[in-house]
This record gives sequence, C-alpha cells and structure tokens, in this order.
Amino acid sequence: MSVIAPKFRLGYFLKGIIDNALWIIVLVTLIVVPLIQVLLIYINLPVVDGELLTPFLAFTLIFHPELAVPLVEAIIRSDLFHIAAFPGFGFAALMAAAVIFVERKMLAKLQLRVGPFYCGKIEGIFQLIADGIKLVSKEIIIPDKADKPIFWVAPLLFVGAAAAFVALIPVAPGGEEFDNMPWVVADLDVGLIAVFAVIGFFPIITVLSAWSSNSKYPFIGGIRALHQMVSFEIPLILSLLGVVILTGTLNLNEIVQSQTSFPWILFLPVGAIVFFIAMLAELERIPFDLPEAESEIVAGWLTEFSGMMYGLVQLGSYVKLYAFAALFVTIFLAGYNGPSIYPDFPQDIIDDGIIIPGMTGPLLTVKPFTDGTAVLDQEMINGLIWFVLKTAAVIFFILLIRGVFPRVRIDMLLHIGWYKLIGLAFVNIFIALGLLYSGILAPAGAF
Amino acid sequence: MSKQLTPKSSKKQSPESSKNLPPGLQLENVDDRIMTLNVGPQHPGSGHMRLIIKVDGDYIVNCDPDPGYVHRGEEKMAEYRNYITNIPHLERPVIHDSCNILYPYCLGIEELVGIEVPERAKYLRVIAAELNRCVYTQYWLAIYGIFLGHSTMFMWPAGDRELLIDLLEKMSGARVTHAYFVPGGIRNDVPANFEDVCLRQVNYFEKRIKEYAGIFYDNPILIARTKDTGVLSREDAIRLGTTGSVLRASGVDFDIRKKEPYDVYDELDVHSNVMKAGDSYARSKVPWLDMLESCNIIRQALEKMPKSGGVRTKLKPNPKGGDDEVYRRVESGRGSLGMHIVSDKKPQPYRLKISVGSFRNLIAMPYLLKGEKLGNMPAVYWSLNYWPVEADR
Repeated sequence: MSVIAPKFRLGYFLKGIIDNALWIIVLVTLIVVPLIQVLLIYINLPVVDGELLTPFLAFTLIFHPELAVPLVEAIIRSDLFHIAAFPGFGFAALMAAAVIFVERKMLAKLQLRVGPFYCGKIEGIFQLIADGIKLVSKEIIIPDKADKPIFWVAPLLFVGAAAAFVALIPVAPGGEEFDNMPWVVADLDVGLIAVFAVIGFFPIITVLSAWSSNSKYPFIGGIRALHQMVSFEIPLILSLLGVVILTGTLNLNEIVQSQTSFPWILFLPVGAIVFFIAMLAELERIPFDLPEAESEIVAGWLTEFSGMMYGLVQLGSYVKLYAFAALFVTIFLAGYNGPSIYPDFPQDIIDDGIIIPGMTGPLLTVKPFTDGTAVLDQEMINGLIWFVLKTAAVIFFILLIRGVFPRVRIDMLLHIGWYKLIGLAFVNIFIALGLLYSGILAPAGAF
Repeated sequence: MSKQLTPKSSKKQSPESSKNLPPGLQLENVDDRIMTLNVGPQHPGSGHMRLIIKVDGDYIVNCDPDPGYVHRGEEKMAEYRNYITNIPHLERPVIHDSCNILYPYCLGIEELVGIEVPERAKYLRVIAAELNRCVYTQYWLAIYGIFLGHSTMFMWPAGDRELLIDLLEKMSGARVTHAYFVPGGIRNDVPANFEDVCLRQVNYFEKRIKEYAGIFYDNPILIARTKDTGVLSREDAIRLGTTGSVLRASGVDFDIRKKEPYDVYDELDVHSNVMKAGDSYARSKVPWLDMLESCNIIRQALEKMPKSGGVRTKLKPNPKGGDDEVYRRVESGRGSLGMHIVSDKKPQPYRLKISVGSFRNLIAMPYLLKGEKLGNMPAVYWSLNYWPVEADR
C-alpha cells in the first residue's frame, strides 16, 4: 500500500506549500516585475488626460474599459507588439500551428484514416499542444562528439531565420492614421533582396547543424540540403525577376499595391509555377524532402536532434512554410488586396461606443478618443481576411502534394533545378520583357 | 596528421618521388573517400537486418548484407516436437503469410503418412493461401510505398488488407497467425455465409487495388525513380537463383502453381505474370499483378468448390512417418517455399529443412546494389520481396 501512495505527513505538505510560495515570490520579484518594467520602456506611453501614462496609471486604467482603449492602441502600435505578436512571430507561429493541424487532418482524410481524434474533444484540435508538452518534457541528448555550442544554437538560428523571413511580409494595409504604412515588421525598400538574404541563411544553418553533430547520416543529409537549397535558390530568384521588371520596385508593399487591379499570376504564370516548385524544394517538402529522407538516411540532418531542439526545428520549418506561402501570395496573388467583404463599423458605434443598458456611460467602445475612427479600421481587417484566405489556399496545395507524390532522387532533383526550372525562369523573364516592350503593361509609375 | 605535413616524415617516401609535396598538399587516399554506413538494424530503411554499405560520394561501391538478427532456430526446434505440435511455431517466420509457409509442411506430412485430403478442403486451402498471399503482398506494398516516401501508398494497402484479414478471421478464427492448415486438410470448416461474403469482399478488394495504379504505378515520379534501377537480367536472375516475383520480373515464366501444381491448382486457370524489364519497377509491379490474379483464382475456386463434405481426414493420435524423406514446395508470396522433411520412424521429424524465397532473393542484393546511387537503396532493397524474419528462420 505504501508503495503506491506515499505516506502523508503534514510537515511535508506545509513545506511544499511554503516552498512553492517562496519560489513564486522570488521569481515574480526577480523576473516578472523587471520584465514588465523593461517591456514598458519600449512602449510609447501616451498622455491620458494631460497625464503621462506611468505603470501605476496603466494598472489603474486596465480595469477601466473606456480609459483602456488608448493603452491598447499604444501597445498595438508599438514595435514590440509588431515583432512579437501580430504581423510578426506570434501570428506566424499561430498560422504554423494551424498548418500542422490541417496537414494532419487533411492527409488523414486523403489516406482513408482518422488522424488526431481524441485530444481536445473536437477532431483532436489540441493534439499539437499534447505533442508540444511531450517534446518539452523529453530529455535533450547531445552526441558525445558533437561540437556542442554550434549544435545547441542551430535550432535557435533556424527558428530565428524563419522569424526574420516572416518579418518582411506585409499582411494588411495600414489605415489613414498609420500614414498608409502597411502592417509589416520591417518595411524595407529592398524587401525582396532582404528575403533572398534570409533564405540564404537556411543552407548555412543546416550544414552547421549537420556538421556539428559529428554523425554520418546528419552529414549526408546536410550535404544534400546544401546541394538542394543552393541549386534551387537560383530559379527562385530568377522567377521573381519578372515581377521586379514589371513593377520596378523591390519593396514588397509596393509590389502588393501594384496588383490592385489584377494579380501578377495572370501575366506571369510560368514564373509562378517555377517559384512554387522551387519553394517546395526550399521547404524540404515531399517530393523534395531528400535531406530528411527517412528510408535512406534515417532523418537526415535532424537525426541527432531530440526533445525540444527537434521541436524548434519543426516549428521553424512550419513558420518557414507559412512565410513562403505568404511570399507567393504577396508577389503573385495580389497580397492583401481583394474586394470588400468585411462590413463597415456602424457609425453610431464609432461615435458613441456600445452602450450596455442599465450602465451609466459607455462600457465597451472601439473608438479612440480624439478622431472618429476605429482602432483597427475596416480596410485593415478586410485586407487581413483576404491575405489569410489566399495564404491558406497556397498552403493547401503545398500540403496536398505530400499525399500524392513519392520522393525524388538527388540527381533528378538537381536536374530539375539546373535544367528545367532555370530555363523556365528565363522564359518567364522574356515574357515580362515582352509585355513591357509591347506596351501591354507599363513599368512602375504608370499605375 | 601534423606529423605527416612536416618535411621529416616526407623523407620516408620512396626515392622515386624526387619532388616533395609542399606542406598541406597531399595525395588523397582512396580509403578516405569511402564512408561506411551501417543501414540497420536500427534504421527506418532496414528490416531486422543490417546492410553494411560503403559509399563513394552518392554511389554504393560495396554492399554486404548481414542477416541473422532474428534467427529463431525453427529447424532445430522442429526436431524436438511432434508433427502436429510443429504447426503453430512453423508459421512464425512469416506470420502474415502463415498459410503459405504451412502449406509445404502439410503436403509433406500427408505424403509421408499417406493420407488423402477431402476435395472441399483442397479448395478451401487454395482460397486461404491466395487470401494470405494478398495479405502479405499488401503489407509488402505498404512498406514499399513508405520506402519511396509515398505515405498514401503506405496507408491504403495497410487499410485494404483488413478486408482479407476479416475473411481469414471468419475462416480460421485468428486474424494473423491462423495455424489453419493441418496434415489431412484444414482445421475447421468455414461458416455458412462465407462464400457470399468472400466473393463480395474479394470483388471490392480487386476494385480497390486497381485504384493503386493511378496514384502509385502510373505516377511519373515513381516511374522515373524505379525504371532502369537495379536491373537484373534474365541470365543473372537464373544464375543468382532468385525466385518468385523477382524471377518473373526478369522475364522467366516460373510459377510453381503452374509448373508443379499442388492440391487443385491444376484444375484452376492460373495465369503467371511476367515482365521483361527486370528493374525495380517491374519487380514492384509483378506482386501487384499477382494480387489481381489471386482474386481471379479465389473466384474460380469458390465456383468449383464442393458445397458440402468433410474438410479434414483425421490422423492417428501420434502419426509416425516411415524411414523416408520428402520434399514439397509451394509458391508463397516471396517465391518458392520448400520443405524437406526426413523421417526415421519416430513421431518427430529427424530433420526439417526450410528453403525460403526471401533468402534466395537476398543473394541478389549485393549484386544489384553495387554501383547504384544511395537514393536507390530502398527502391532496390525492398523490391526484392525480401522478408528478413523468414530469411533467418
């Protein structure tokens, strides 16, 4: 009996409670409170009623709905929120989680099975959380002969590079009060070149992790990944050159705005196809998942990763998948442009806020104090809906291929990359130049 | 390493090399180019066996199969058990083709003891053996699909296999290890509605496996990957002693069901599928064609089967053979499967030698893998229709 249930002792029980309380006090004072103060440094605190918003005032305002609105607005417009939450990593990670769930369920339907089912009552939507908990709780095993610092840092670099990629994608148009700045972390004039610079990091990280694990199968996988990514970067870059010639800009937001009337895929379908195939190879997805080909080289360059290191690499690769799909949408499918489907806010709510009967004064309002516009305007939400829908459609096609095709061989892959795709990419450039010189489309400035 | 680069060590070179290489430059040793890979037994692309592969870049320069990880001593075990009690453990090497591995044993004992099998039992044996061949081939095909990275082709055969497993469960009561064949017939008769259910499920199964062509056998990437890889010519196939689907994929029309018909195969119209190419694609397609042929055989057997009658001739309680030996072989899912039983007037066999198709096809593997690319390794390896557990016995 005592083996199954250890003896209860009041002293141990009290000691446990006191220990926990002590740890909570120590952690809150040493980590949480300084963290909040550091966070508040980076938020541009607004002036409320002629009084600068101090942390003390902020805590007061949180519990006052009407006064909380400027605070929320200030947080939403801060750079930190952009980077960590909405257009940046948080949004991308959420999309990546959705992609993983959809992939598992969709493949299951394709393969006449059920897929995740029990976790989370409804079709297994919490399976990913369970998997995450499992990965976190697993032991991380480092190979004895590994180059430990590089091996440790490689998954973090991978996620970091994927997040840097996400930061360049404009996801929604900005409103009037944003000076028409799009919802993007980094709105660069050389956005497309920055994208290629970030993509160029992935083979380096892959080879670093493969080399540092000092093991045979990761080494072969890393060399395969290097071959694959380097040889498919060339058609990837060339396929986007047509759009750059026609728009005359490298800024991703301006490329999106050049597609208000029509998406570029109508004029440059060859470029879109080349980009899509090269994208599959860059993402290491079937049929191009040679660096992780399990029946040949165990798990390729991921073989020695365990626990949350493997989880980080997987997270990074799905964030990368989202980012590539979003880049495809941005360049070929008109990005966030689309007909208006989201209804405008009623004017009386903008003016007066939502009045709850029986309460004195507005309790919940979506209007800021000064000008009569909403925090998130109608145009932004409409653009975001279109962006997410188009990205989901592209991701669907990326996922669908996994259920239909087997894996190719490395020599077939290089043949596809160097002969066929580069040739087609040049055809695409000639199409773009033909459109330009025949006067069907005018270069930038004429829009 | 640093010692080699110093000028002192270069003096040890032969006097013919008058010019010393500058430090840091040295001739590459051939052995340095070659990397040894242990594929297995803890490798997702191996079975219960190990392939010691030496690669030079992406090419396999040497392959040394190392079977024996699942050796169970079936042959020695059989010498200590009576003829009847040998049945359940003899099917262990291929539990998903258990009817076919018991078939030559039962045929041999019947010849040794001298008993006749009822007609209905012969047909039911043929039905069970063909169903079991399909069950095995579906399993094999599923693994061939996942070896080539085609996850749908893993799930579909593994799911459709259930149709036939249900049928075998109706016949024998067990899903996988049936122990259904006994010397003198089969263990028990089938339930009353078996023929209708069997016909319906086999027809549906045939419709399903015809759909595999669209997603797998006509897939351009699969054809590009497996065509002209691991080509085994007709002469080499015969010289290396391959059997079964590997032999038929190389253009040799050899099917024991046709060449040496046992039980009632001579009364049925058996068509053996032969492809001339001898590459991995042909080797992967012949078992699939065999499954379609098995459906035909099952339909014929259901039609011609006597609707009633006994299914088992009772043996004496402890049967003994004479001072005699017998060799019988059948066509299993992996080719010829023979058993040589030596009897010395005792209730146990004096010697039981099992000759399996898997081990015969394994002999062709080093020959085929040498010179192939590493990416072709799973495509060639699993197309040989090799089941490691059966090969080790």
